[in-house]
Amino acid sequence: MKVVTEQATLEEIRSKRMEWEEKYRRECCDRQPVFTTVSGVPIKSLYTPEDVANLDYLRDLGFPGEYPFTRGVYRNMHRGRLWTMRQFSGFATARETNERYKFLLARGQTGLSVAFDFPTLYGYDSDHPRARGEVGRCGVAVSSLADMETLFDGIPLDQVSTSMTINGPAAVLWAMYIATAEKQGVPAHKLRGTIQNDILKEYIAQKSWIFPPEPSMRLIVDTFEYGAKYVPLWNTISISGYHIREAGATAVQELAFTLADGFAYVEAGIARGLDVDEFAPRLSFFFNSHMDFFEEIAKFRAARRIWARYMKEKYGAKNPRSWLLRFHTQTAGCSLTAQQPENNIVRTAFEALAAVLGGTQSLHTNSMDEVLALPTEKAVTIALRTQQIIAHETGVVNTIDPLAGSYFVEALTNQMEAEAEEYFRKIEQLGGVIPAIEAGFFQQEIADAAYRYQQAVDKKERIIVGVNEYVDPDEKLDIEILYIDPKVEEEQVARLQRLRRERDNEQVERRLAALKDAARGTENLMPYILDAVRVYATLGEIIQVLKDVFGEYRERPIF
Amino acid sequence: MRKIRVLIAKPGLDGHDRGAKVVARGLRDAGMEVIYTGLHQTPEQVVQAAIQEDVDVIGASILSGAHMTLLPMIRDLLKEKNANDILFIAGGIIPERDMAELKERGVVDEIFTPGTPIEAIAAWIREHVKV
Repeated sequence: MKVVTEQATLEEIRSKRMEWEEKYRRECCDRQPVFTTVSGVPIKSLYTPEDVANLDYLRDLGFPGEYPFTRGVYRNMHRGRLWTMRQFSGFATARETNERYKFLLARGQTGLSVAFDFPTLYGYDSDHPRARGEVGRCGVAVSSLADMETLFDGIPLDQVSTSMTINGPAAVLWAMYIATAEKQGVPAHKLRGTIQNDILKEYIAQKSWIFPPEPSMRLIVDTFEYGAKYVPLWNTISISGYHIREAGATAVQELAFTLADGFAYVEAGIARGLDVDEFAPRLSFFFNSHMDFFEEIAKFRAARRIWARYMKEKYGAKNPRSWLLRFHTQTAGCSLTAQQPENNIVRTAFEALAAVLGGTQSLHTNSMDEVLALPTEKAVTIALRTQQIIAHETGVVNTIDPLAGSYFVEALTNQMEAEAEEYFRKIEQLGGVIPAIEAGFFQQEIADAAYRYQQAVDKKERIIVGVNEYVDPDEKLDIEILYIDPKVEEEQVARLQRLRRERDNEQVERRLAALKDAARGTENLMPYILDAVRVYATLGEIIQVLKDVFGEYRERPIF
Repeated sequence: MRKIRVLIAKPGLDGHDRGAKVVARGLRDAGMEVIYTGLHQTPEQVVQAAIQEDVDVIGASILSGAHMTLLPMIRDLLKEKNANDILFIAGGIIPERDMAELKERGVVDEIFTPGTPIEAIAAWIREHVKV
């Protein structure tokens, strides 16, 4: 950094550092030959001004709320507004989940986040043969507008912001939310929230796709367009790295693949003829916060800087809000252990702290029991309290980006950016994100990283407390686990079948037919989906119509 | 010496395939012949693949909570198709009380919980496959 003290030049520091290293080599015996981050990145024993010699404060760091946003997207960050405490939540039916949302809001949660069950994620109704045994187990079952209305019963949608983790059928669930708000008397232009709606990372990591890439991208750009016009406060996409990381990627892979996906969405919007500044301000992101504290903080900072530079310089965005990488974070599920689950409270706390120091806008903290089941009330309360303690007791929010200027953190930030750039080259050489997906590039990188990690753990090169070291051989699980009553599925199915009897089926048929026609063309499908949803066409019925036109994606499995 | 043949399967809608892939690769590196079904397999598809590929073991990975429905369906089909000599093991997120029930009922021959080293799975297979 060009703020090195007048007293010492870089040469003097280097020479002293080399003397220090010489003594280190002679006198010290490190506990292991190399120290690496959880991603396998080797870390030096010491970082000095030499490591940031080319860092230019104004060019590379700047000020919060100003290009390139390395230090934060808003001018006053958490001094102005704390990150949204937004616990991902959902189980059994809409009624139970509605109660859990009210429970969480009463305990100080400041945003809602919907977890849907697997049938819903794949666009199946709760009574579809493929839904058997799956209803309500991993999230809440939502098969129609009626379920969505129950989900938000007593929750005024002009007073909350809601994130919905939904991808393949995102447009449909979004339509259900909009229609629910209509019924509450809340107009769409007041709605705040996010739909994940990031299909590229589904093919890469989360695997809850429905249609092939092209029609999926069409639907996504439809949501960008519709949102920009009618739901301007809504983030129509949450470009995600969380799942990429959970699948086994390294921190750099998470960073690079997520941003590459982001660029692909920007290009898709532009290809549709939209002005980049029309939709870019509503693109948002979602990252993982894993166990290596400093690696994560560097990752978040590098992400902001890279995105800002590309949006401004490559995509020509003029609106500064188009340059902002705003993100939600979830602490790493894959870092938690089934053994000694109370330890997960500690892991989550460290990961949450990294996310806050990394400048997140929104945060979900995992519950200690999430390796075993969906969270109990007790476990999720502790997870929420973790955020509140960070916010109100640790003092880390008193100043913005406190780690800036750390030789280590700045060097790591630079390094992550450089390595991400290498991945961008590779992806470009493959022809872009979608060709790279079809070539299995990301999937192979991730599988390789996951395997390397497992080998390191199995060989005890990487210690996981309670799992391969500090194991309790007599361990007995003594925390309560949430069980989903199988009756939930029966009741949901009965409710759904009653809905189908009681609605105006002629209207449903007509609107589904209109949707099918539109799907075959190039019109924006949101209005048609909304029309179908309003008359209680079910999720499965709507998705089936779209499957008939778009086809279904089939993965070529690699390991 | 014929290699042990293993089918690693992902039954149901569960999309979490990290563990299945890591185990598949680990068993392959341990000298076994491994076929990975990919995602979203119905119980029928799993059993059909197992028979077609003439495997010694089926390893089902399931993290979605649907194990009490899907694993028994696979076992029933194995019996129905006279393939009940194929070893049937499972992994993923299966609560302790369900694990006990699944083993007692003879639905699965063994369950491997999170944190199990791959070599432990390989060793169990070697020990239990009738050569």
